[in-house]
Amino acid sequence: MTFEALIWQGIQMMLALALAPLLTGLVRKAKARLLRRRGAPLLQPYRDLRRLLGKDVVLADNASWLFRVAPYVIFALTWVAAALVPTFSTGLMFSWSGDLIAIIALLGSVRFLQALAALDIGTSFGGIGSSREMMFASLAEPAMNMLVFTLALVARSTQLSTIANVMFGAGLRVSLALALFGFIIVAIAENARIPVDNPATHLELTMVHEAMVLEYSGRHLAMIEFAAMIKLLLYVSLIGCIFFPFGMAQDEQALLLPRILACGIGLACYAAKLAFAGLALALFETSIAKMRVFRVPDFIGVALMLGLLGTLLLFVSRSL
Amino acid sequence: MGHLPFDIAHMLAGSLVLVSFAMLYQNRLYSLLNMLAVHALVLALSVAWQAYIQHAPHLYITAAIALGFKAIVIPIALKRMVFQMGIHREVETVVGTGLTMLAGIAMVAVSLEVMLPVTSGSDPVAREDIALALSVLLIGLLMMVTRRNAVSQIAGFMSLENGIVLAATGAQGMPLVVEISVAFSILIAFIVIGIFLFRIRERFDTVDDRALDRFRGEH
Repeated sequence: MTFEALIWQGIQMMLALALAPLLTGLVRKAKARLLRRRGAPLLQPYRDLRRLLGKDVVLADNASWLFRVAPYVIFALTWVAAALVPTFSTGLMFSWSGDLIAIIALLGSVRFLQALAALDIGTSFGGIGSSREMMFASLAEPAMNMLVFTLALVARSTQLSTIANVMFGAGLRVSLALALFGFIIVAIAENARIPVDNPATHLELTMVHEAMVLEYSGRHLAMIEFAAMIKLLLYVSLIGCIFFPFGMAQDEQALLLPRILACGIGLACYAAKLAFAGLALALFETSIAKMRVFRVPDFIGVALMLGLLGTLLLFVSRSL
Repeated sequence: MGHLPFDIAHMLAGSLVLVSFAMLYQNRLYSLLNMLAVHALVLALSVAWQAYIQHAPHLYITAAIALGFKAIVIPIALKRMVFQMGIHREVETVVGTGLTMLAGIAMVAVSLEVMLPVTSGSDPVAREDIALALSVLLIGLLMMVTRRNAVSQIAGFMSLENGIVLAATGAQGMPLVVEISVAFSILIAFIVIGIFLFRIRERFDTVDDRALDRFRGEH
């Protein structure tokens, strides 16, 4: 029994690793097709990662140990956070640790390390990138916390597995709709997607995330890029498991066969959710222009407002 | 799922509040007018849903009026006006999006705090609907206060009126005559405001209401 639970947990952890580049590839491909370009094949991100892993690292002379360690820690923390989000099944072996606040803390440490590493070399781009990232984060994190409070008021728990189980029967609620929009805004901002930041740009005036990783090369860059892909997958799975928990396998069945069947359905639904999210993101990104850096706080502020509003509605009326 | 009809009604009313916030967030006239059309569309959906769950066929007429006049005719007419006056590229100076949105949250808080205790005896569906409608109304008012451009003040006025219609449909039994006359008076008001806009524009070369203050010698 425990061995089987371990296997399911292992599948969940490996899934985050295996599907993250595919999701990024899907978004890039869909964006290219929408612009009537052919686009790189779906598997291109895997090849990019392999190529980067095989390359030599070019280090600046004044790089400290922090600069060299940071990519691995960033990758590890992001992977742990992504593995904690229930994807195809609730009630896995380590579900008790899959707490929303823990995930926010893990991602916060990732951001902290990334900003430190960017400052370490002492180039001006690293400085501008980390200062902007911190400016956005100082709004996105409270927003995320408010949204988590909204969810916690509905589900009476911050544990993702429990939240997903509650959401099965929660019905339509105004506060949850507000929270969904807030979550989408935070996800866009945190993943450096288009209205906030452009993941494909290297123009000095606009880049935020890219400016921070400009000095990295070789396997360090591979780790950081991989971590960014996993982060995108993490947010998609988070929104999927909280707001659209359809098809997820519920608590452990006693028998092996129904469990496998339920998890199979869960996996198929998860794949469908990922595909839908990837296509929707590509559509959204092609239909909108990037906003000025100083307009971004307003945009993320909206998420904060939505979180506040959702909490407020729940405090005043239990049925909203 | 016996709650589902009520949940959908609340959801539509809630999305109306959400679109009101989206209107507060816009700082370009064209996107503001697009949002106004979306606002009226959500209102039409909400009224149609009320008609369905209350079995009140005359509410469908209200929904059709909302859809026809407010979601299609008025936004298009406003866009044409904006285009003719040549202000379609202007970015409006708003007091500060964050501050305005916070004030909007305060409006929602006030309307929930006021409405829910007052209506505690009545129908549970209508209660939250009316509270949300009052917040739509107050946000519309807030928009009229915080905007300087006359066109966006009209947009605020229209969204305010949408809030009134939402409240009226939530409370059962408003006569059709009243609704139709309200809808037409809004249309008349819109025409009068439109004429005034062009007069203001002719006189002052702008639709910014600070020009009026200067004219009166207040600044």
